[in-house]
Amino acid sequence: MTAPSLLLDNVTRVHGTGDTAVRALDGVTLEVMPGELVAVMGPSGSGKSTLLNLAGGLDMATSGRVVIEGEDLTTLNAKGIAQLRRRRVGFVFQDYNLIPSLTAAENVALPLELDGERAGKARRHARQTLDLMGLRELSDRFPDQMSGGQQQRVAIARALIGSRRLVLADEPTGALDTHTGEDVLRVLRERCDDGVAGLLVTHEARHAAWADRVVFLRDGVVVDSTGRASSAEDLLDTASR
Amino acid sequence: MSVKQGLMALLAEGPMYGAQLRSEFEERTGGTWPLNVGQVYTTLNRLERDGLVEPTGEADSEGRISYRLTDAGVAEVGTWWTTPVDRDNTPRDELTIKLALAVTVPGVDVAAVARTQRTATMRHLHDLTRLKQDVMRKQRDAERDEPEPDESDSTANHDLAWLLVLENLIFSAEAEVRWLDHVETRLHRESLRPFRRSGDSAGAAKARAEVEETAYRREVGSQQQTDRTGARR
Ligand SMILES: Nc1ncnc2c1ncn2[C@@H]1O[C@H](COP(=O)(O)OP(=O)(O)O)[C@@H](O)[C@H]1O
Ligand SMILES: [Mg+2]
Repeated sequence: MTAPSLLLDNVTRVHGTGDTAVRALDGVTLEVMPGELVAVMGPSGSGKSTLLNLAGGLDMATSGRVVIEGEDLTTLNAKGIAQLRRRRVGFVFQDYNLIPSLTAAENVALPLELDGERAGKARRHARQTLDLMGLRELSDRFPDQMSGGQQQRVAIARALIGSRRLVLADEPTGALDTHTGEDVLRVLRERCDDGVAGLLVTHEARHAAWADRVVFLRDGVVVDSTGRASSAEDLLDTASR
Repeated sequence: MSVKQGLMALLAEGPMYGAQLRSEFEERTGGTWPLNVGQVYTTLNRLERDGLVEPTGEADSEGRISYRLTDAGVAEVGTWWTTPVDRDNTPRDELTIKLALAVTVPGVDVAAVARTQRTATMRHLHDLTRLKQDVMRKQRDAERDEPEPDESDSTANHDLAWLLVLENLIFSAEAEVRWLDHVETRLHRESLRPFRRSGDSAGAAKARAEVEETAYRREVGSQQQTDRTGARR
């Protein structure tokens, strides 16, 4: 069996101490396999962002283990975590976070350059990635020349440039309308169909439905999750159409 | 009358496939009760599961499968013709009723009922979304192969129609998940109230009012539909 791209093993995160302590996450166990897109749903304050931040090493668990592609974050120092994050994990946030003075291709190339790649090579790679994702025509545009949906798709390209095979997306469609939100999900879905592992935080069921599995959080606890199997293509008999 | 009864009544005349059933149904009801293809197929699947209809054989050259009534189906249609329609029984949503009852009947874990349903509806939504992705992929491929489709391209039109049907089902399923989320949150809040006692507490009464409100709105909706249909007769 292949190893999970991401494993959260009985993870708890407590903010503060004593009377004011908040259990943002309480004993959560979750794994995401390569090629799998898992959605996390739950009301505001249920711990979705905390879960995502822990999964990406942006925050540290109070107890429990976070393992990314076989590497246990709890055994690494700050520098080790930063490096692991840079090489293995891509983040997508609600507000795109593209750098306004750089074109799409330059934005996408940036993580590679920060990791020591030469600029020319990094940009060629970035253009290839944008091509692959059907975003060629955006390569030379600046963020203010793109719609929100286009910017977010570029942000996904940036998140997955290089060797990174794990993408963590926190409400990536939050600021988008139905159609552009869907374009973003399609891109994410296609990346996962190609073998990338994805964790998607959303409060919209219609968007979570693009995932293979949905995990429901409440008050930091997983209260429910849909199974791995997709039971019924026979819900709607397409064959006899 | 339900879609189920309507389709079975048509099948009593002889085998038909889904699209045929749909157009016959609409023609005979003067278009006052439009059905979508998805509804017809889900109904046929349910009827088949319940042993009331069966396929007549393999799909024909165009991939269509005809259905006919089983003996049990014939009997059911007979019963339907000879039984007066229950006028007190306005169509209601089973899920709404189930939750309203779950809230009031002692000993039922309402939150579990809501969660189980949410998981099931979420799976349904997932399956619908997969089907939709297939249609969209097909459309994109067609666009790539033939950038300027001519207007009489009936395959494209059918794909579009199917897409719209799917999206309608997707939005409905989404609404149900949202409502179930809301129910769960509501129940959770009520359970945190310090003065809650078992049985018909203020909390339970409030939660019940909530579901009744939804049931009422749906009923008004279907009532209006009936009125419109009546007015056109
Ligand atoms: N840095 C922090 N300090 C204290 N409490 C926090 C902090 N971050 C998050 N929380 C609390 O943890 C809980 C979960 O927050 P979060 O993960 O942001 O939820 P969500 O993304 O689902 O809205 C909330 O109650 C929130 O107030
Ligand atoms: Mg959040």
